[in-house]
Formats: sequence, C-alpha cells, structure tokens
Amino acid sequence: MIRFTSFQFRIQAAIAVGVLVLVAIVVAITGPHLIHLYDTTVANCKAKGDCSSAKAALSSSDSFLQTALGELLLVVPALIGLFWGAPLIAREFETGTFRLVWTQSVTRMRWLAVKLGIIGLTSMAVAGLASLMVSWWFSPIDKVNVSQFTSFDERGIVAIGYAAFALAFGVTAGLLIRRTLPAMFATLVAFVGARLAVTYWVRPHLMAPVKTAIPLHVIFGTSLEQNSATGLAFFEPVNIPNAWIYSNEVANNSGHAPSAKFLESACHSLLSAPSGGVQSNTPTPNPNSGFPECFARVAAKFHQVVIYQPASRYWAFQWYETAIFVGLAVILAGFCFWWVRRRLV
Amino acid sequence: MIEFQLETASGVATYLQIVQQVHQALRLGLLEPGDQLPTAQQVVAKLAINPNTVLKAYRDLEREGLVRPRPGQGTFVIASLSHTDPATQARLLASMTTWLRSAHSAGLGPDDIEAIYRTAFRNHFAEGVA
Amino acid sequence: MTAALETSGLGKQYGQKWALHDCTLAIPEGKVVGLVGPNGAGKSTLLNLAVGLLAPTSGTIEVLGGRPSDGPSQLGGIGFVAQDTPTYEGMSVAKHLRMGAWLNPHWDSELAERRIKQLGLDPLQKAGALSGGQRAQLALVLALAKKPEILILDEPVASLDPLARREFLQTLMEVVAEHGVSVVLSSHLIADLERVCDYLVVLVASHVQLSGDVSALLVSHYHLSGPRRKRSTLPANQEVIEESHTDKQSVFMVRSDDPIIDPAWIVKPVTLDDLVLGYMRQAREAEPHGRPDLGVLR
Repeated sequence: MIRFTSFQFRIQAAIAVGVLVLVAIVVAITGPHLIHLYDTTVANCKAKGDCSSAKAALSSSDSFLQTALGELLLVVPALIGLFWGAPLIAREFETGTFRLVWTQSVTRMRWLAVKLGIIGLTSMAVAGLASLMVSWWFSPIDKVNVSQFTSFDERGIVAIGYAAFALAFGVTAGLLIRRTLPAMFATLVAFVGARLAVTYWVRPHLMAPVKTAIPLHVIFGTSLEQNSATGLAFFEPVNIPNAWIYSNEVANNSGHAPSAKFLESACHSLLSAPSGGVQSNTPTPNPNSGFPECFARVAAKFHQVVIYQPASRYWAFQWYETAIFVGLAVILAGFCFWWVRRRLV
Repeated sequence: MIEFQLETASGVATYLQIVQQVHQALRLGLLEPGDQLPTAQQVVAKLAINPNTVLKAYRDLEREGLVRPRPGQGTFVIASLSHTDPATQARLLASMTTWLRSAHSAGLGPDDIEAIYRTAFRNHFAEGVA
Repeated sequence: MTAALETSGLGKQYGQKWALHDCTLAIPEGKVVGLVGPNGAGKSTLLNLAVGLLAPTSGTIEVLGGRPSDGPSQLGGIGFVAQDTPTYEGMSVAKHLRMGAWLNPHWDSELAERRIKQLGLDPLQKAGALSGGQRAQLALVLALAKKPEILILDEPVASLDPLARREFLQTLMEVVAEHGVSVVLSSHLIADLERVCDYLVVLVASHVQLSGDVSALLVSHYHLSGPRRKRSTLPANQEVIEESHTDKQSVFMVRSDDPIIDPAWIVKPVTLDDLVLGYMRQAREAEPHGRPDLGVLR
C-alpha cells in the first residue's frame, strides 16, 4: 500500500519538490543581499544617527519578492487542501475506482491510513520547509519591522498546522461530497473561514494579554491631534518593541481619556498658534510652539495604558495556533476513518 | 483431437449434444480407442459453457463404457461403436420381431418376454462366446 | 459443504425505498451462479453488499463463511469486477498488475502476465485507451490473479459487443475449469447465463423470485398446453407461474415436484429462458406500478 500510494502520488510530489527548489533558488540568490544591506546600513545606523531612513529603506526593498514570498505561505496550505486533499477520495468516487481499489486485499482503514499518513506528512514537510526558507529570507527585514506579530501567519511553524488542516478538510469534503470540484470549493471556503476565524476570534484570546501603565514621554509621534471621530485627542505612540498591541490609550487613574475641554485649556497656547490645529512633534519641539507646556500639563494627570502581548510570547502563540489546526486536522481525520469504516454508502 | 459444436436452438441439452457428438465421432472413426478427448478446460475455452456440463457428458460416456479418465492426464477412449451394415441390422430386426410375435401369441406379457431376454443375454455374454 | 454466499433476510434501504428486501439465499460452493433480473431490481445492490462496499440495513450476509470486507483475508478470497469495470485511466496495464501485486498477498504475477499476453493486451497501454472489452478482460485478470475462492462479477459484459462478450465468457469458463472457483455473475442477458450457469437466482423488484440449481429447476417446471380451463382447476401440487388463454386453448407454466400425468395436457419441458421470463412476468403482475425493463437477447 505504501508503494502504491507513493506511485499514485508521484506527480504531485514532484510538483511540490519543484516548487520548493524554485523557492530555494530565489531565496538563496536574493537573500544574502538583504543580509548585506542590513549589515551595512542598519547594523550601525545608531552611530550614523540615521536609523529611521535606513530601516525604511530595508523594509521597502524587494517589495515584489516580499509580497510574493509572504503570499506563498498563505497560498501553499490552501493549494494542498484543494489539490491534494479534495481529490483524494472524491476522485475515486467520481471515476468509480473505489470499487476496484477497496476490493483488493487491503482494508479501507489501511488504505486511508497510508494515504493520509504519506500525504499528510508530505504536506506538513512542504509547508514547514517553505516556511523555513521564507522566514530565513525575511529575517533582516523582520529585524527592522515594528512587530513580528504582523507577519505571524507567514512565518514560523503555523503553516504546518494550516497545511494539515487544509488537507484533512479537503479529504473529508471529498469523502462526504464525492465530487472533486465541489469538494475543492468547500475546502477553500472552509479554509479561508477557519483562518479568518482563528486569526480574529481565537488568537487574541489564546493568552490573557498584559496590561501596563507607563508614564508619558515625549518621543517621536507624541502629539495633540484633531480627528473627526473624537475631536481633540492626545496621542502617545507605543514603544514596546515587537509586541502585539491590543490597545494603546492615554488615560488617568480612573481610566478616562483627557476630555476635549481639558485639552483645550491645557494646550490653548498650542491651539491658538498661527499654524493652529493639529500639531505633531519631533523629540525636540520648537520651544515657542507651546507644546512643552501642553505636554507637561497632560503628563501630570495622565499616563499611557497599553494592553499587549509581549514579544517573548511569540513562539507560544505559534505553538498554540499550530496545535489548534493540527488538532482540528486530527479530529477530521478521525471522522474520516469512522465514516469509511462504518458508514460509507 | 475432435472439436465440439453447440447448437443453442436445437432444444437438446448441452451435455447431451456433447455425448452425441462423441458417439458420432466414434461411429465415423474420427475417434479410436486410445485417443484423448479434449479437456474440460479446452472445451469451455472454445464454447464458453459451464465446465460441469462437459464433465457430466464425460461421466455419461464413462458409464456407457466408451471412455475412461486417467488421473492427471485426461479422458481417453477405450471402446469403439461397432458399425454393423444396414442389411445385417434389418435381418436381425426381422427375426427378433418374428420371435416376439410367437412369444406374444403364446400368451407371454411384456415382463415375461423381458425376463426371457435378460436370461438369454446373461447366459450368452457370461459364457464369453463370441 | 459450506455456502459460497449466504444471506438471511438481507435488505438495503435508501430513504424510503428498499433497493433489496428480505433476501434469503444459500448458494453452494463451486457453482457458476447467474443473478438475473431487470435493471433496478437490486442485483448490483446485492453484489456490492457481498463485497462489503455497502452495509446492510437489515439482515445478514456471509461470503465464504465470513462477513464482507472484514479483513485482508476475507477481501483476498473474493475477486470482484464492478459494473462498467472501473480502472485507473492514467495507469498502464502493467501498472495495474503491479497494483495487484502490491495490494494482494497471494498475487500470482506469472498467471497475470500470461493471461495479459494471451489476450494480446499491450502492457504499456494506458487503461483509458483500452476498448470496453479489453478493460473488462483486464479487470477479470486483476480479479483472477489474486487467487480468490469466489468471483463476483456485476454485469461485466453488458456493454460489450458480442465478440468481446463471448471472449470474456470463454476466459471465465476456462478459469473455472482450471481453478474451480465459484462464480456469481449478474446480467440481464439471459442467453449468456444459459450457457454458463448451473445455479440461478432471479431478482425482480428488490425481491428474490426464484433460486436454485438449474437442472433441478428445469426438471421441476413444465409447459402445459391443452383445452381451455381455469387456473383453479389445476391440482394443488402444481403451482402456476404463468398462464395465457385463447377462447379454446390454455397454456400454463407450472412448478411441480411430481410428474404431470393428466393426459389432457401436452407437456413440454421449459427452457431457462422461459423460466426466467415467466418469473419476471409473475413478479411484474404482482407489482402494481412500475414496469421493469426486460432484456432478452439472442
């Protein structure tokens, strides 16, 4: 059965190997240049005092490849589910070959076990290798990006879980629907749905976030703003590197933000200045603008409240999310075994 | 080796057709003692009939004393169907009919006649007179 | 003698409809069994139940003394050729044989290759490029080379031309003669069954109408024709299967364990053809709606 499965799977495996080799070549050729760029511009940018533009330059280089390689990891698990999972059993039903192969001397359980085993392991390996290569390529860029959490699903080990789930769902859909195209469609919908649901409804709650209160400091981006929704507001950018920020607010001890009235009176000299309206400030504000007084008054009563996941938890999240998807895959696989053995038609 | 034909529309059972074709072959001299009949496998590969039909026919022929199976080798002809000429047959038929008439007019019924015949038959062939 | 196939009250239901109902059979080993009936009668359902591709809704079925698809040895004892002989289109003939070797522990590759050569099939040709007759022969080789004790064939010759049909049956009978396998062969072509079967099962409208040894059946059924008379005037030991009347004459087909001695009748033996059609008509008369389509080809 192992040899038969390998034979039947040979073309799909070859395509996967081909794609991986192609990605490897691209990554190997273009990767070192990013590392070099990092080493020469960003690594010693503090000495030169020009970090922000060096970082911006790095993070916007090779933008086409960034998009392509990033999307690759979103697309690979879906393709696995569609082209390796959905046809697995559906094709046998469509062509009637299940009547041939399930009456050889191999039980349906063993047939499914070997198929899921070989194709499942291959899927996870493909996703894992792709993720490895892409993560390596992106590592210089990731060092300068604001938060590694923004590219969470395109790095690390989660793709392995996504691939396992997509495959398992595809096989289940094919088993129940018995036609390849509708099963592929159902798999796509379910995969996208599951990924969106986990990303927005599950991942934020996997671990209780940390809540912290920080005194206000004048840093790049500290500002008084006028926006259409809330009118006047005081804004302090977050300075916790690589964290996943849930919320960031300026509040007093009872949790209230500065009211518009308070800001108008605290910062009126700023507001009545010739330029008027919105002011955003560099770390060394113009002493005549009135900002330092405005800031001092706000900082006396208010502080910054940040709810976030610290960078140290990144890999815990990766493991949890992978486990969720692998767990779903195992449940689906178990269902398939049960169905194939007992119900079938 | 003879080949059998099957007439599906003749109304005669398949195994009987095989028996009849062996009889015919024997009468025509196409089969002689020592010749091998086709194996069941060979017959059905040609005719696409049930092998048991062939085996049944061969068993009937064996009971008639015309063939005998040799285990592991096949079925072989052991006797021949003699052909008497028509004139001799007619002469013997006439004398038998005369005898029957006289037995009947003597008051013998069919069973008595048959008893006499069987006794004579047994006596004659048991003595081994040619 | 163990039964090759034994069922007891076997039934398969889909929603409200019973595809097979209350089927009780005991087919002995070593027979070539003809399973005949119109389309939709339940033949495929019965055979798919026998190989474990379907699970019964009610009743039981045992093949070679074991439950279908119970395990590898049970699966190995049955050689199955499904309707329309499915094959992997993109796989060559030789690769199909390799599949057989990989998936069957008792595979006889020498026999498989010899048969393929005898049939004149090109081992490198893809199964999708074979003609219907060649595919059927390939499927039969696949079923044979695993050395089963019973062959179950679901309308294997239905879509074949007469020559291909004849060649298929020749191969099948040769194998039966050589290896003594039991065969269950379903068809709605009575003529083919007549040649090869020595056991008959007639299935109409999901029920078994008739089953038994062909020679026993032929000996116990009679064609009676004579002056017109009513069915009720026949003795109780003669079960009427079919009747037809003109104003002066009546013709009956009856089943009787005793010989017919009424001198008023002209008694003729029935053919297998007559027998099957008679029971099919009887079943159709009993069924108030729906016309099963009959197939008689000579």
